[in-house]
Amino acid sequence: MTIADPILTRRPESRVWKKFRTHKSAMLGGVLVTFFVLIALLAPILPVPDPAATDWGAVRKPPTAAHPFGTDEIGRDVLARMIWGAQASLLAGVISVGIAVLLGVPLGIVAGYFGGWTDAIISRCTEALLAAPFLILAIALAAFLGPSLTNAMIAIGISATPIFIRLTRGQVLSVKAEDYVTSARAIGLPTPKILTRYIFPNVLPPVLVQATLTIATAIIAEASLSFLGLGQQPPAPSWGSMLNTAKNFLNQAPWMAMWPGIAIFLVVLGFNLLGDGLRDALDPREH
Amino acid sequence: MLSFILRRILIAIPTILLISVFVFSLQKLLPGDPVLAMAGEERDPEVLEYLREKYRLNDPIPVQYVTWVGNALQGDLGISLRTNQPVTELIAEKLPVTIQLAVMAILFALVIGIPAGILSAVKKGTVIDYIANIVALSGLSIPNFWLGIMLILLVSVRLNLLPASGYVPLSEDPVKSITTMLMPAFVLGTALAATLMRHTRSAMLGVLKSDYVRTARAKGLHERRVVLKHAFRNALTPIVTLTALLFGELIAGAVLTEQIFTIPGFGKLVVDAVFNRDYAVVQGIVLVTAVGFIVMNLLADVAYVLLNPRLRSA
Repeated sequence: MTIADPILTRRPESRVWKKFRTHKSAMLGGVLVTFFVLIALLAPILPVPDPAATDWGAVRKPPTAAHPFGTDEIGRDVLARMIWGAQASLLAGVISVGIAVLLGVPLGIVAGYFGGWTDAIISRCTEALLAAPFLILAIALAAFLGPSLTNAMIAIGISATPIFIRLTRGQVLSVKAEDYVTSARAIGLPTPKILTRYIFPNVLPPVLVQATLTIATAIIAEASLSFLGLGQQPPAPSWGSMLNTAKNFLNQAPWMAMWPGIAIFLVVLGFNLLGDGLRDALDPREH
Repeated sequence: MLSFILRRILIAIPTILLISVFVFSLQKLLPGDPVLAMAGEERDPEVLEYLREKYRLNDPIPVQYVTWVGNALQGDLGISLRTNQPVTELIAEKLPVTIQLAVMAILFALVIGIPAGILSAVKKGTVIDYIANIVALSGLSIPNFWLGIMLILLVSVRLNLLPASGYVPLSEDPVKSITTMLMPAFVLGTALAATLMRHTRSAMLGVLKSDYVRTARAKGLHERRVVLKHAFRNALTPIVTLTALLFGELIAGAVLTEQIFTIPGFGKLVVDAVFNRDYAVVQGIVLVTAVGFIVMNLLADVAYVLLNPRLRSA
């Protein structure tokens, strides 16, 4: 028994890629994201000083040839800390969104597909979690779990989960009514097979778009938590915690505050552009 | 109308109950004996036993929850371990500060976001639209605490125009109070303005395509009148709803903004509480913001119906 599967044929994918490729701002987003991912991956082999090495002879020195981004309040190289900080930011973004997707998508599928009491319980919990502001929830969780980068990622991941539950549920509700799902059920395909083969592939595109946009939010959230002292702990570098220190030396060493902010801005902009571009490319209404 | 409001309130009750379960279980996340965490440096067994009795930690967990909710309903959210003040009193004390910041920030957001959104919808596809979109997207991508730091550097440290931090109560010196709050409110407002602009733009784009706008144009009405009176009025409904939903973003933004500008508000209270392991205060704040958010949602729904005559009879 074969049923025409709109997702598995080649054409729609190449059409999406073609649309994405001609989307200038999405490509710019892709370039920005790739740049920061490369920096984070290559941090161990890039020719920069040890990000934790202090030099009391070069405290708060403005940018020079030896330290292109200057040095911080205990003489550490700001460029090296920026590069290693990229790891913390991207990891936090990707892992926390990974947690949110892994928790949210299955719950959303279950709520949407089975309906009834399961749906009611999951949906009420989602609403309750959505009512607590994202950052307040993350702050509270980070506070009770204890401050560390790992706990910040868990906190951000849990706080972002309801968005994915709600999105997936809505998507499942509309896919469930499609003829091919009804016919799959009519020929007696087992539920797990219907879920993985027909429901899941249709849920994926909007989840992908939302995940890209949520990585942007998560990176800002991690920076915010680290800025408040609830994320990455010293001496390990993170852009947020670098800003936290930098705000005490604004007059003497403004460069300390400039670079981390610019980096957060660029990487978040990158993910936002990429997400917007993906949405346009995957939107069937715009073909 | 009244039955609609009542129905919305009834739906909100289970959500609030779930939130209270969640907030209550937060303290169960604490590793080890919560009393040790609460008592801090204190290790006197008598004190520990007193605390255990006081917070009914010897009771089964469901009983503890019911006691806690019962107290919360009577406005008792516990005692701050740091200041020994009731949590409700602390929150009530700090709330006006944050409300002033929030109101000024929303004003900034409305004044920037709505005209920018209308303009970019009307001029869709032109350079103006393009620039407005880039500015809005940048606004969404800039961490607002960094924007705050940079403004302090420029406006306070370099130009010496506005104070970098502090707070003057409105009742004490209104002019000074507003000028001190100007920079923080701007920082918080710009973040919201970007979201508001994008939503105004898409709401306007939808309305501008509709038949009655075409009719209004066909009647020969002046374009400004078409845009402002016919289109914007109808686009306003989703915008009002959204503004209420921005409450969460506003509170989260206030936490960081207050931290940067050392404003003694709600946000600073929660951060200080976290570092002082003042858990009752953290729980109280999560509960109050969540309930606040639900109330804002409720008001948004009511406003939505009021603004939309077609739904009024429902």
